[in-house]
Amino acid sequence: MHPAPSVIFFTVFSGLGFGLLTFLGLGIPDVTGWTAFAFFAIAYLCAVGGLISSTFHLGHPERALKAFTQWRSSWLSREGWCAVIALITMAIYGAGLVFFGQRWGLFGVIGALFSLLTIFTTSMIYTQLKTIPRWNSPLTPAMFLSYGLAGGALLAGQITWAMGLLAISAVIQVLLWAKGDGALAASGSTLATATGLGTEGGVRAFEPPHTGTNYLLREFAYVVGRKHSLKLRIIAIVLMAVIPIVLLAAPFSHWVALLAVVSYVGGALASRWLFFAEAEHVVGLYYGKR
Amino acid sequence: MTTLPQSTTRKLGLVIDLDTCVGCHACVISCKGWNTENYGAPLSDTDAYGSDPSGTFLNRVHSFEVKPPVLKDQPAPEAQLIHFPKSCLHCEDAPCVTVCPTGASYKRVEDGIVLVNESDCIGCGLCAWACPYGAREMDQVEKVMKKCTLCVDRIYNENLPEEDREPACVRTCPAGARHFGDFADPDSNVSKLSAERGGMDLMPEQGTKPVNKYLPPRPKDTLSEGAGDIDILAPYLEPVAQEASGFLGWLDKTLEKL
Repeated sequence: MHPAPSVIFFTVFSGLGFGLLTFLGLGIPDVTGWTAFAFFAIAYLCAVGGLISSTFHLGHPERALKAFTQWRSSWLSREGWCAVIALITMAIYGAGLVFFGQRWGLFGVIGALFSLLTIFTTSMIYTQLKTIPRWNSPLTPAMFLSYGLAGGALLAGQITWAMGLLAISAVIQVLLWAKGDGALAASGSTLATATGLGTEGGVRAFEPPHTGTNYLLREFAYVVGRKHSLKLRIIAIVLMAVIPIVLLAAPFSHWVALLAVVSYVGGALASRWLFFAEAEHVVGLYYGKR
Repeated sequence: MTTLPQSTTRKLGLVIDLDTCVGCHACVISCKGWNTENYGAPLSDTDAYGSDPSGTFLNRVHSFEVKPPVLKDQPAPEAQLIHFPKSCLHCEDAPCVTVCPTGASYKRVEDGIVLVNESDCIGCGLCAWACPYGAREMDQVEKVMKKCTLCVDRIYNENLPEEDREPACVRTCPAGARHFGDFADPDSNVSKLSAERGGMDLMPEQGTKPVNKYLPPRPKDTLSEGAGDIDILAPYLEPVAQEASGFLGWLDKTLEKL
């Protein structure tokens, strides 16, 4: 799959923002006034920034409001609803904390729930696709949720939570890679089933439909950078989990925490790039590519 | 609504005969022509005369090499080149429809055609991701999703002569490799053809239940079956004179002596 920068940026930062909102909604840390304002500003910057970035890959962003109509069937539509509900309830909850020094707990819990649901619905957009066997696994939502919560804990300054969640994220990530590498073969889709022409090995792509490239090849048969996959995986795990955990184990200071966040974001971006770049769409079979 | 209908009154679709298709790409061109001039946004080309030409097509013809498996005690079968036209299969369980967040993609209850309402399409591309067959392409100029409409603006068009009321690809195919009809009717031309020739689904494991069916290529004829089994005209081609006589006989002998 083509790793569009807008979608990589969107999934990483909205995950981070909604992860932080989940913690804030549950009153972790229990802050009010200007401190609360700072936490909420960071959370909204990440969450809303990510959502705005996601509209950059739309052909017609001016029609984006229509995406709220199909929540009964579409995960993308449900994601829109969850994000809006989470952002509105958390704004009311945040206003209570910042301006009135009050903790309206019910809004916080609802906001936290919908923040988590936003991350979950985002992950389901990818998980639901049977055409991309690497993503079509319960490990995909587990990965998105653990990344979001780990980043949220990191930003919320919850050292114990962060260290635990970062370790869990790393384990889920490695499992997703391990399972994903065999997912296309396990899906049973081959050039033989795609064409109905005999057994595997007996059929071979001879000539593509056009001499030039096309939308399908650009979008679905992205193979650049796969040869560096192992190196990038190691870089992602080291930046996303190992360095932040080591830094958090050291005595706390804001600079060290900032360094941990920067390292985490770098690792998450690398991992998300791989998430798209390594994903094989079954349509590639028709072109003898994967 | 982007939910799928429980059932459709008719199931319009195509039968594509892989035995007959000669790979001329006429269906590709007629499809591009009709759908550029008629329903919805035109199918654009970018850098058409430059170094990196690319364009939107609703129908593309692949070519595959097939080597049938070698059976015991039989000579290795000949390899075959199969031309393989591919367009929307108008699936009964179309995954492209249910993922659409705006309701732009829908499957019609009356005839089962899967269509895109282009004025509702936000160009997110998710439906193309959900399609295993590569049947949907985002137009790079109009930024909306394009797909085969089964020429919905031809098949019901009373301004056209009756023989033209079928999809452009079917109408134009010079080999008769494409057939259009209603699969819900067991007595229709397409249902009968599919039943007779073992019409098959593409990627059945994806669970999309395609309406369009593909007829498998027949095995190639072989000359080696049974020694002595030669053409019935062969006796007439046997030499009538084994030895030269007359003037040619004299010439032959004379030349031998030299």
